Amino acid sequence: MLKKISFTVNGKEVSLEVNPGETLLEVLRKRLGYTGVKKGCAVGECGACTVLIDGTPTDSCIYLAVWADGKEIITIEGIAEDGKLSKVQEAFVEEGAVQCGFCTPGLVLTTTAMVQSGKKYTREEIKRELSGHFCRCTGYQNIIKAVEKSLED
Amino acid sequence: MYNVDQYFEPETIDEATALLAEHPNLLIIAGGTDVLIKMHSGKIAQADLLSIRKIKFLETIQKRQDGTLSIGSLATFTQIANDPIIKENIPVLKEAALSMGGPQIRNVATIGGNICNGATSADSASTLFALNAKLKLQTQGGERVIPIEDFYLGPGKVDLKPGEILTEIVISPEDYQDYGGHYIKFSMRKAMDIATLGVSAICRIKNGVFEDVRIGLGVAGPTPLRCQEAESFAKGKTVSAQTLAEIGKLAVKSTKARTSWRASKEYREHLVEELSQRALKVAIKNAGGESLA
Repeated sequence: MLKKISFTVNGKEVSLEVNPGETLLEVLRKRLGYTGVKKGCAVGECGACTVLIDGTPTDSCIYLAVWADGKEIITIEGIAEDGKLSKVQEAFVEEGAVQCGFCTPGLVLTTTAMVQSGKKYTREEIKRELSGHFCRCTGYQNIIKAVEKSLED
Repeated sequence: MYNVDQYFEPETIDEATALLAEHPNLLIIAGGTDVLIKMHSGKIAQADLLSIRKIKFLETIQKRQDGTLSIGSLATFTQIANDPIIKENIPVLKEAALSMGGPQIRNVATIGGNICNGATSADSASTLFALNAKLKLQTQGGERVIPIEDFYLGPGKVDLKPGEILTEIVISPEDYQDYGGHYIKFSMRKAMDIATLGVSAICRIKNGVFEDVRIGLGVAGPTPLRCQEAESFAKGKTVSAQTLAEIGKLAVKSTKARTSWRASKEYREHLVEELSQRALKVAIKNAGGESLA
């Protein structure tokens, strides 16, 4: 049983037939080649597979591809524009917030959503917003600094 | 890839109940944060899914004219945490919602799913128990409304009959108006963790006396539960440290805690005694009472 779905990835329209058991993560990585979306725990705990769905950070490993029909998906590949890093990406580089890099795409996307919300965040609120992302290099301090920098006016 | 054969995505509740009546084997899926995890682990090896995600009116949170609060089963935890009606009328549910999972999970996980999953650790359940919430269950032929306490049958077991869909969580005005509440989730980590114990306490106070106290507990037994003995004791008693200490002791009597890898039975009982008092202390303040030292 295949279902035809259409959505956009980083602004580009995509139409394809998916199996109802396929996850958005699998479709993005294996069928469309967006390998910046990482597969970590596969059960919604580590946040490595986070993408923005209509602007909302979502674990793509526990999100069925059929649910993406009609949605706007942003992956890490869609963050830099014309080869220029975004403000969030620059902040991650400047603060040394990247070690092995596996958790970075998800963290950059969540931070991007925070910036886009236009809200102000306290340090505690930043920690809460990042709590669905695991960094096993234990680099949280620099990540939090990078988020603070991203949120500066 | 999850092992899914048939997949249905109705847009109205009538379509959904008709499909369920026709295909009783269908498993209802909403946010997917429990169903898909069980499919990943093999606990559910194969499933035919009925997604209720497109039934948009199930996302509605509203306050009816008579003061009754209605929360659609498809409301996500993020939605509940940000909703002005919840914040103004039952902020204790906001506290509970924000303690669940992490942001990405809260963005998709629904309150209806949290209940139907039947876990004693469900972060919304102890608060809904304390608020005397009722559940509206719809079938093709009709509907029934039952107290949430009657819905829980055992660990992971709820009274969702074949053909039924949980559509709404209802809280009556007399059950929340003039009450103050507080939820404490005790867990090893501050986020992305399952409660070792959950305590939701609400109370109504007049002239320094408890008019009513209700305490809902999670992970203190096979299902969420209420502390009946402590609650009856509290009614009409002066708000004082001694009353609270007695409430804490009596709360333990309602529990059926067990030892798991998260905590021993004895430790959980200790948590019940201590945390029911701590939760109530904040609830007293939120109900407009004098703070206790």
